[in-house]
Amino acid sequence: MVPIHAFLLLAVILFGIGAFGVLISRNIIVMFMSVELMLNAANMVLIAFSRALGIVDGHVFVFLVLSVAAAEAAVGLAMIITIYRNRETINIDRYNLLKW
Amino acid sequence: MADYLFWIPLLPLIGFLINGLLLGKLPRPVVSAVACTSVGASFVLSLLAFFDLKALDPAARQVEQVLFTWIAAGTFHVDVAFLLDPLSAVMILVVTGVGFLIHVYSTGYMHHDKDFGRYFAYLNLFTFSMLTLVLANNFLLMFVGWEGVGLCSYLLIGFWYHKKSASDAGKKAFIVNRIGDFGFLLGMFIIFWQIGSLEFTEVMAKAPVMFAAGGGLITAACLLMFLGATGKSAQIPLYVWLPDAMEGPTPVSALIHAATMVTAGVYMIARSNVLYLMAPDALMVVAIVGAATAFFAATIGLAQNDIKRVLAYSTVSQLGYMFLACGVAAFTAGIFHLMTHAFFKALLFLASGSVIHAMSNEQDMRKMGNLRKYLPITYWTMLLATLAISGIPGFSGFFSKDEILWKSFSSQYGHWALWLMGFVTAGLTAFYMFRLIYMTFHGKERMDSHTRSHLHESPRSMTVPLMALAVLSVIGGFVGMPHIFGVANLFEGWLAPVMHSKGHEAAAHALASAGGDAGMEWGLMAASVALVLIAIFAARHFYNKKPEAATALADKMTGLKTTLANKYYVDEIYGALVVRPLVNGSLFLWKVIDVVIIDGFINGLAVIGRDASELLRFVQGGRVRNYATVFVAGVIVLVAYFIFG
Repeated sequence: MVPIHAFLLLAVILFGIGAFGVLISRNIIVMFMSVELMLNAANMVLIAFSRALGIVDGHVFVFLVLSVAAAEAAVGLAMIITIYRNRETINIDRYNLLKW
Repeated sequence: MADYLFWIPLLPLIGFLINGLLLGKLPRPVVSAVACTSVGASFVLSLLAFFDLKALDPAARQVEQVLFTWIAAGTFHVDVAFLLDPLSAVMILVVTGVGFLIHVYSTGYMHHDKDFGRYFAYLNLFTFSMLTLVLANNFLLMFVGWEGVGLCSYLLIGFWYHKKSASDAGKKAFIVNRIGDFGFLLGMFIIFWQIGSLEFTEVMAKAPVMFAAGGGLITAACLLMFLGATGKSAQIPLYVWLPDAMEGPTPVSALIHAATMVTAGVYMIARSNVLYLMAPDALMVVAIVGAATAFFAATIGLAQNDIKRVLAYSTVSQLGYMFLACGVAAFTAGIFHLMTHAFFKALLFLASGSVIHAMSNEQDMRKMGNLRKYLPITYWTMLLATLAISGIPGFSGFFSKDEILWKSFSSQYGHWALWLMGFVTAGLTAFYMFRLIYMTFHGKERMDSHTRSHLHESPRSMTVPLMALAVLSVIGGFVGMPHIFGVANLFEGWLAPVMHSKGHEAAAHALASAGGDAGMEWGLMAASVALVLIAIFAARHFYNKKPEAATALADKMTGLKTTLANKYYVDEIYGALVVRPLVNGSLFLWKVIDVVIIDGFINGLAVIGRDASELLRFVQGGRVRNYATVFVAGVIVLVAYFIFG
């Protein structure tokens, strides 16, 4: 049986990659993908503990998170398309209208 | 009788409310009807009250009507209540009677004015305030009327507010009066502090017990109240507002600045005669100020060329006579002169208004002359009033002025120097009044042809009040003839219950009845009549027969003439000593203390906040990745804190 710390380590690595991706990426699509990665790292932790402790609550949470993430992805992508139509770019650094 | 007393002041108030609330909505005839009827009805009620009062026993002639409690705080209790006694009966008759005639006159005089309704609303409000002043049964309600007439005076002086000089004159009158009012208030505080009541009857009854006669407190209270009187009644040092008040419409000058409001100070002192008799020092101050004002204002009146300004200084001078009378404890004589002066001075002002009306608003006497041809009624009525004010025997002013002169000589508070000042003033009065008559109505016509073609006698609404007042000016004096004429002095007898100086009066009578003093009184009377006649002939010589002699004389005394024409530079001196320091001090408080220090502190705080925000706003750079970086850094710090902290 795979020990729990292996799952946790994987989750931490995934989360770190996601956070790093959000911070350094200029492409808004990549950034969006990185956010999804961080979300799934959290799901991984929930699943790992659920399995280790032998209770299903974690699974329930994960389903919930997945469905919310699906909705969020739909809304997010719609927004990105709208912004793209206006700015004609997906470079996040050009989305800088909201400043002083 | 007590049940209808409150209608006397209430009716003009109703008139004010109707004309004031429906301002600009009522046609002119309705406005004049409302205004005149309310005051006229009030006059009828006053007559009724007078005769009802007369029917009572002299000792019982004191009727109070308490309407409601105004202030009740601990031991401090003030009612809104009216007091009718011989003194207030005389006052309400003068106020409503002369007031009614002036209202009627105004309907003609103000006929062309676009603010007809506003004028009559103010006039009715004034009548209400003045009646409250004279009918009040306590000092505080009297003060309400006192302030009310001050307000109306301000409103009516500045009636033509688009003229800067008029609005300035209104402000001057109001501010100068505030100085006096502050004295009146302080005097009232002393009375309440010592006696615990402000009701006239109670104060007069308790004053001899609560105050030490001639003591510092009573003297201070009387002097402070006299300060109030100098403001309202235009005495030295606060007389400066009255000549400027001539900027108002002429009937206003007649009503407020000759017949009624300016006499409020005299009324107040006569009303408090018990207090003043207990403070001989204060009486002396009143007498000296009165005599000095009478003389001083009369000299200024000699050199004025504006017809209304001559009358204004004449008013100040005549008010000085009244205070001289009060100061020598001849309060009855003071009120008597108040009444006769109300008749003839109101007439003089109204007649001058008729002249100004005919002359298309020209007030300079140097541009008049020979107007008797065009304005016969105005001429004759004004001449009668001039004879009255000069003190020609038989006219009302003779009796009242002679009474004052004799009392200032013979009273135990009197002095020959006071008499002398009054005596010389009588001569000056006759001179400047006949100068006015000769310059205005006699001699060469000096107006331009355009004005001359418009000359016309005033309408009936104006001449009838003139004639009514002329009758009063002639016969008004017979109610108070001197004792040496061998007839009872009705006026003195009427006021006797209010004047608590019975002992003093009796002493004066004893003196007067002694043979030598009767001779003395005849002698003084003859002297003053002779002086008046000489003054009249001098005026005739200089201003009618040989105008060039007047010019020659004036050229010889240029210094004196310019000093007089410039009113002794009193306005300039006050300007330099009082007004400019005040203005500069206020400017300092405004420009430095307020704008720089207080506003600077508050605005400085705001500027600091704004500049700090200026710097901080650059944190919001619009770069999403920067926000995310800060966000992640924050999370890391928090997590580290919870794990290791």
